Amino acid sequence: MVKINIDGKDYEVEPKDNLLQTLLSLKIDVPYFCWHPAMGSVGSCRQCAVKKYADEKDTKGRIVMSCMEPVVDGMRISVDDPEVKQFRANLIELTMTDHPHDCPVCDEGGECHLQDVTLMSGHNYRRYEYNKRTHKNQYLGPFINHEMNRCIACYRCVRFYRDYAGGRDFNVFASRNRVYFGRYEDGVLQNEFSGNLVEVCPTGVFTDKIFKEHYTRKWDLTTAPTICQNCSLGCNIIAGERYGTIRRITSRYNEKVNGYFICDRGRFGYEYVNSDLRLREPLRRGQASGQLEEVDQKTVFNYFEKLFKKNARFLGIGSPRASLEANHALQMMVGKDNFFAGVNEVDQRLTLKALQILRESPAEVPSLRETENADVVVVLGEDVTNTAPMLALSLRQASRKRPLELPEKMHIPTWNERAVDELLQDERGPFFVLTPTETKLDDIATATYRQVPQNIARLAQAVAHYIDPEAPEVSALTDSEKALAKQIGDELLNAKQPLIVSGTSLQDETLLEGAANIAIALKKRQKTPWIFLTLPEANSAGLALLDEKNLNMAFEKALSEKYDALIVLENDLYRRLETDKVDKLLDAFEHIIVLHYLQNPTTDKANLIVPVGPFTETDGTMVNNEGRAQRYFQVFYPGDTIKESWRWLGQIMAKGNLQKERTLNNLDDFIDALIQDYPQLSAVKDAAPDASFRIAGQKIPRQSHRYSGRTSMQAHINVSEPKPPEDPDTPMSFTMEGYQGPQPGAVLSRYWYPGWNSVQALNKFQIEVGGGLHDGKPGERVLDLSAKEGMSYFTQIPEPFAAQENNFLGVPLYHIFGSEELSIHTKGVAELTPKPYILLNEADTEGLGDQVKVQINDRTVELELRKTTVLPKGAAGLPVGLPDMGAIKFPVWIKISG
Amino acid sequence: MERPLTQHIRPGEYLTAAEYRKTGGYEGLKKALKMTPKEVQETVKRAGLRGRGGAGFPTGLKWSFVPLGPDAPRPKYLVANGDEMEPGTFKDRLLIEGNPHQLIEGMIISAYAIEAEIGYIFLRWAYKKGAQIIEKALAEAYDAGLLGKNILGSGFNFDLYLHTSAGRYICGEETALLNSLEGKRANPRPKPPFPQTSGLFGKPTIVNNIETLSNVPHILRNGADWYQSISLSEDAGTKLFGVSGKVKNPGLWELPLGITLREVLEEYAGGMRDGLQFKGLLPGGASTDFLTKDHLDIKLDYEGVAEAGSRLGTGTMIVLDDKTCVVGMVRNLEHFFAQESCGWCTPCREGLPWTEKILTSIENGTGKMEDLDILAGMTKTLAPGNTFCPLAPGAMEPLQSALKYFREDFERHIKEKRCPWRS
Amino acid sequence: MLSEKEIKEIEEHFAHYPRKQAAVIEALKVVQFHRGYVSDENVEDIARLLEMTPDEVDSVATFYNLIFRKPVGEHVILMCDSVSCWIMGYENLKDHLSQKLGIDIGQTTKDNRFTLLTIPCLGACDRAPAMMVDNELYGNLTPEKIDEILEKYK
Ligand SMILES: Cc1cc2nc3c(=O)[nH]c(=O)nc-3n(C[C@H](O)[C@H](O)[C@H](O)COP(=O)(O)O)c2cc1C
Ligand code: SF4
Ligand code: FES
Repeated sequence: MVKINIDGKDYEVEPKDNLLQTLLSLKIDVPYFCWHPAMGSVGSCRQCAVKKYADEKDTKGRIVMSCMEPVVDGMRISVDDPEVKQFRANLIELTMTDHPHDCPVCDEGGECHLQDVTLMSGHNYRRYEYNKRTHKNQYLGPFINHEMNRCIACYRCVRFYRDYAGGRDFNVFASRNRVYFGRYEDGVLQNEFSGNLVEVCPTGVFTDKIFKEHYTRKWDLTTAPTICQNCSLGCNIIAGERYGTIRRITSRYNEKVNGYFICDRGRFGYEYVNSDLRLREPLRRGQASGQLEEVDQKTVFNYFEKLFKKNARFLGIGSPRASLEANHALQMMVGKDNFFAGVNEVDQRLTLKALQILRESPAEVPSLRETENADVVVVLGEDVTNTAPMLALSLRQASRKRPLELPEKMHIPTWNERAVDELLQDERGPFFVLTPTETKLDDIATATYRQVPQNIARLAQAVAHYIDPEAPEVSALTDSEKALAKQIGDELLNAKQPLIVSGTSLQDETLLEGAANIAIALKKRQKTPWIFLTLPEANSAGLALLDEKNLNMAFEKALSEKYDALIVLENDLYRRLETDKVDKLLDAFEHIIVLHYLQNPTTDKANLIVPVGPFTETDGTMVNNEGRAQRYFQVFYPGDTIKESWRWLGQIMAKGNLQKERTLNNLDDFIDALIQDYPQLSAVKDAAPDASFRIAGQKIPRQSHRYSGRTSMQAHINVSEPKPPEDPDTPMSFTMEGYQGPQPGAVLSRYWYPGWNSVQALNKFQIEVGGGLHDGKPGERVLDLSAKEGMSYFTQIPEPFAAQENNFLGVPLYHIFGSEELSIHTKGVAELTPKPYILLNEADTEGLGDQVKVQINDRTVELELRKTTVLPKGAAGLPVGLPDMGAIKFPVWIKISG
Repeated sequence: MERPLTQHIRPGEYLTAAEYRKTGGYEGLKKALKMTPKEVQETVKRAGLRGRGGAGFPTGLKWSFVPLGPDAPRPKYLVANGDEMEPGTFKDRLLIEGNPHQLIEGMIISAYAIEAEIGYIFLRWAYKKGAQIIEKALAEAYDAGLLGKNILGSGFNFDLYLHTSAGRYICGEETALLNSLEGKRANPRPKPPFPQTSGLFGKPTIVNNIETLSNVPHILRNGADWYQSISLSEDAGTKLFGVSGKVKNPGLWELPLGITLREVLEEYAGGMRDGLQFKGLLPGGASTDFLTKDHLDIKLDYEGVAEAGSRLGTGTMIVLDDKTCVVGMVRNLEHFFAQESCGWCTPCREGLPWTEKILTSIENGTGKMEDLDILAGMTKTLAPGNTFCPLAPGAMEPLQSALKYFREDFERHIKEKRCPWRS
Repeated sequence: MLSEKEIKEIEEHFAHYPRKQAAVIEALKVVQFHRGYVSDENVEDIARLLEMTPDEVDSVATFYNLIFRKPVGEHVILMCDSVSCWIMGYENLKDHLSQKLGIDIGQTTKDNRFTLLTIPCLGACDRAPAMMVDNELYGNLTPEKIDEILEKYK
């Protein structure tokens, strides 16, 4: 701690940040543009000026840029000095000379940092009387709109896109006041994090194109804090609604998980919630018509009552995309023995193995954001950019960790972004990418290894053995494999904080075992590594913690025992098992009941469809890949027939008196029931405040105090304003009624603070810039660590891969846009989804045309042939999850012809 | 009067290695190689050589910030700044075209003093002839074992390359120059850290002006005391002084520091052309403050010019006569600076075009009195320290001094709604 | 496609720098030397050769005013418009040139012989007004002298 004096007042602060950041942490308003907490200071906008005095006697002082000033003991500064205030006013006047006055038609209007800073710095009238420079805009793809005339040249976009996110198809062009930020030519932005430009840009140059299609001012959005459903990382987001449709997703800060950013799949992949495929009313298959027909709620309850009367036996299939509460409700209803996790045998086995490693290996489990602090990284198998995109962004930062020791040694503060860049140039720390084919992290890799999963697992075992000779030995390694194992082993031993990344996506358990063995070996050498494993879906971990049984078991059980009704929870079984298997499974039931929000091949087979809300219309808890339970909150009330799955199931149970003396009315009741059955999940309760939480006796409103049009929204139907819906499940109200002061972090549904209308208002909610949120909780870990370090070496080492004649080993490939089930309903995502294809090594493609016939499992499909020199010979890359690819059971050997 | 830098230069020709040797060339290098790097630094420090690139920073002191010894980062770099794009400046051209080996020798000695192993001569695009001459001279030096490995058997290695630029005045700013050498956009870098510790490709680097480096061989050959003795002031050595504008005899002369402004203008530049009166001048390139008749007797050294409210700068003066419109001249300058802004920081990028536009409208007779307030405000907003680099503050120097000395001329434009100097 | 000669000349510069991307300005100049300007296709060629993206190459190319990204005539006239030349009356010469060639600053003559550009300071202030045609510097210009010079490039 050091003492500094600000406008005559003494403060004690940590001398770790630059002065601007320190001032913001002290909640002192200083305007700024180019500084960004995640990227650092570059001193280009000159808006953050303050006065600095040499000592007590110095009354004149000199103007300095607070973002470029280190905080030192005894420092005396002024933010309010008239001269520096005038300077800031002059600066914003200059900034505005080339900025159009198009706020009324600008999507940023009302949440524009430039507007805020203009006001804050005091610029009211334009003295500049000349023409402004103008630019042409570019087409940047389906997600981002470009309006260059609004640019104030803070360079944040290019710094984020290139330096932070590693994109190379975006840059700054020209010079002086003609500087242009965009692409070499019109085209889709290739970086998976491009959507963050919308938030990083302090004005309206880059705006959300999907939002534009159904635009609403920020203050007219009903917003709630929620969790991204598009992969297992559980990034925090804010979803905003108006007139019953979700209008946009923005990032929500979580200091442990996603920090300031989210990926494009998370930001734009939400449109399914507005889609025509939504199931909004109960549907029952008519006996006469054989078609699904709309029915009322009573019919649903009657349907179940009849079954209860007959003492029907239910089999329940849960979902890794549904909340803990929903899965548990189904489990309560059908009984634990009759409940099965709705994932296939391979996914479940891998998820369980991953969780076992997190719990029992000697490795520590960092949070997503903590992975940025690893100084040596080994990625085993995962193409993280496509399976857990935000992890790629974090690992990119980690690759700078080791080099950052140099500026520290030279007393160059790491927030001095340009200085650090110039010093380090392209220097990267040890970073190893072991995957079947190329990945978007290859550019930062020290070395890559391109092999099929079993060989990657072997190499991992070899690394473990190199580190600790007591680890199982791997035979038949090539010299280069041995050298690589040694190189990786040495770097890991040399690391301050080694990180091993792996996951389930290659559908190969031995990879996870290899990762665990490296961790065990390192621990034997007195190193505690970090391990970070990705899982298949948003709540894979939560589901596996509830039940270990899988779909294949359900299949066996359904065929061998007599069941009457099947209840499928928020799931499409056709994505999980081969088609004929699912058909057979469904045939075994007289009653097929599906709780879902979206029509899919499984709902097409249902006798009864119960409409439930997607994540934006429900509350619940998800457990992410690191075992962190996080609550998500309903954004708006969708009407009476769309309920949370757990609420429907609770009401259905009540009809059959199945609640077992439990009260199951609101979310808290279901959470209580959950932790009653699963005491090890008790932390779920603490993940967020319960429904009784109040500030000053008030609920927390989902709508801003400026929310407009409320009394006229229904005016075409009824002139009297309808009674607002109540929220019995959370501490939030659906309306603007409630405590309009700063929202506590745990239920922070929008960034707004007096004078701070843009996302930059976040500063006001952080205890210190970059730290935790006031009254906030970044979720709660639920993994039981009582058996930590109990794990011993896995001793099974796979055989080396041997290529076969005209028989290829299928290797799963992933696409950020396309591999995920629901995001593909976003038009832009569908546009960027590749057509189904097969990837082969060039050497394997002799005699094959552009289209080939591929025999996978028992079916034959025609696929486009793509060639590479990277994927090993004898392997065939199969993009999973793409429409028309069908479910594939790995490992799989495939035949190719044509 | 001694003219070490230019006495052997013949117009239109350059001194070959052999010719340069005959004038005592490369003797300084031989001496230096027998000394330790620190001793070479000390000699230059004692000589009192100050940077001739404009800022006048003591050269030996600058070198002393470079880490020396086996633990220092490698490679280290020495860069000769031959960008010379400051309007009104044409001094380095003479040294490059006339005596390239003097520069090369200076660079080898300087590199030795900071233990640099790689050097670049950063030359502006327009100096096509200079580039050819340097290429030839470099080849000669390599052939003679003066460059490359084990120079003159000393064990010291130094490779020297020519880099010609692709335009842009900002490349002359030393950190922007480094970015340009790295093949990047020439935006200046933050300071600190200074190039001496983190420079080209992140390694310790010294950037010196061509004229600065050309002084070094003579200091080593003749000693620090000699160097002190050849000037007429506290500031040691000679300086290239140039005069352009409507004088009888525009040109460039090597003269002792401390000579008076009047002497240069009247004796060397021959005074004003017939029928014209001296009105003012920019003493050291476009980014220095005007001096007027009242300053004719000042001493041309760093202190002397500073006391008069301007800067010695590059020592090349631009003379304004009474028949030339000062508003037009300043407009021309601000047009230059606005165009050459790198676009990095807001005050420069946005402030200079506005300044230019106001001056254009005043010059065209559409200016308003309030415009003068905006201009005055601009000189404050774009003052040193307020912008990222000194380009914009430099641009304000002629403007603020013109407003100070020639305000009437501005007001006349506004009142008469036309330029009184144009017919 | 870059010619073999161009590639060779570019590659010669690689040795001067610790990484070849540093030679991008040299590469642009080599191409411009041979072709007069750098086309989009050339930007992409250079990017490939230097393992950069076209965005990265063009970001640099467009920063520097003497890299021409649009076609120019056979001879490029660079007229100094800086302060000393301005004092010495370059504006009249510019008008003279403009008239004579029938083009404005920034344009190329119909017969594609000349492109007329201004340039800030040629470092020939003692010989102002000055201009450069291709690589040749001309000082102390007068309208008559300009006419003579142009003849040489006919
Ligand atoms: C905008 C700007 C342009 C400059 N142009 C030049 C130049 O053309 N030549 C030069 O030697 N120094 C120039 N300088 C000064 C250099 O930054 C640097 O101070 C100088 O090269 C150091 O050399 P010296 O210590 O030998 O003078 C310029 C500075 C600025 C701010
Ligand atoms: S003052 Fe700013 S914009 Fe101007 S050249 Fe310097 S850094 Fe670039
Ligand atoms: S925030 Fe400090 S200069 Fe931009």
